[in-house]
Amino acid sequence: MHEMGIVSSILTSAEEAATREGATRITEIRITVGELTEIVDFALQFAFEALTPGTIAEGATLTVTRLGAKSRCLECQTEYEHDRFEMLCPECGSFACELLTGRELEIDSIEVDPDESTAPASGPPAETPPQG
Amino acid sequence: MQIDISRPILDKNERLAAENRAIFDAAGIFVLDLMASPGAGKTSTILATIAALRGRYSIAVIEGDIASSVDAEKIAAHGIPAVQINTGGACHLESDMIRRALSSLDLGTLDLLIIENVGNLVCPTEFYLGEHAKVMILSVPEGHDKPYKYPGIFQIAEAVILNKYDTIEVFDFDESEFRQVVSSLNPKAPVFPISATKGDSVELWAEWLAGRIEANKART
Ligand SMILES: Nc1nc2c(ncn2[C@@H]2O[C@H](COP(=O)(O)OP(=O)(O)OP(=O)(O)O)[C@@H](O)[C@H]2O)c(=O)[nH]1
Ligand SMILES: [Mg+2]
Ligand SMILES: [Zn+2]
Ligand SMILES: [Zn+2]
Repeated sequence: MHEMGIVSSILTSAEEAATREGATRITEIRITVGELTEIVDFALQFAFEALTPGTIAEGATLTVTRLGAKSRCLECQTEYEHDRFEMLCPECGSFACELLTGRELEIDSIEVDPDESTAPASGPPAETPPQG
Repeated sequence: MQIDISRPILDKNERLAAENRAIFDAAGIFVLDLMASPGAGKTSTILATIAALRGRYSIAVIEGDIASSVDAEKIAAHGIPAVQINTGGACHLESDMIRRALSSLDLGTLDLLIIENVGNLVCPTEFYLGEHAKVMILSVPEGHDKPYKYPGIFQIAEAVILNKYDTIEVFDFDESEFRQVVSSLNPKAPVFPISATKGDSVELWAEWLAGRIEANKART
């Protein structure tokens, strides 16, 4: 399995994006994984927990959105959802179909804490005790 | 604060793969990524393919293994340029490894480059190397149920070679069930039963590959 390699690519992209925006801490990373990839959620989370300590994403959550498989029949133009075992067109039984979604592996967005040193002075302090 | 990224995750590999592809296309080489389990007959199939096509095409091979140079030596013994990549533990090849291997080949003289991926039915499907086609081999002793267990590789392969066909009686391999599952997973992929070590029925596979090489030459 290569979830380790995938998570390290995720972290590289996330850290680059965070640094570009001047953020010093990543609290959440959101990714999309197609159902037809070989990626296992459990192994992703395991790799994420192993690789994040000591990085700016330490303690962050990895949120995984699974995207189902969808194809279009090239004979009758039907668009249909399917699992990984049955690709044939359910309407006309054609073999000629084109995969629309299912192989995605994308980093969507990250959630960051803005860099405190450059945060506007008028903003609330990071640790505001509950009032009242 | 949310930062949008919206980018494919295998970023670095995909970028290097696109560069590899540009190198292959500039040199007019057709590149095949051959995937299978350990021992399914990747090296034997490459040797049989070389025997079938060496009169027509200039061929080279990149051998991917976790360790050793045994396979590259087998290919080189037939007078075909072969580069061994040792992944040192990694269970699949990545584009940067291919790029380094290219520096040992005389690309300008080649028509066909065959990459033998690391024996594994899972990871190699996820890594684009810049190749023009991924093809997989299943060997008869592995059993006709493998497409149920490893659907991903059967889906990404443009053709499926069924090797060690000479042993079909011994292993009770249900060829019609196998073909049926493969065609529901991947309707367009042809299945080529061959016996790589005996050289049986290799022609149909070799002609399919030659067709792809010609189509690619016409395009570039
Ligand atoms: N009976 C029979 N044996 C075969 C055939 N093709 C390969 N073999 C045998 O299967 C074994 C493995 O073949 P290889 O070609 O080395 O397989 P491979 O997939 O390259 O193996 P690794 O690189 O080690 O993963 C060897 O002992 C071959 O002689 C075949 O068509 N029929
Ligand atoms: Mg081999
Ligand atoms: Zn249809
Ligand atoms: Zn791998």
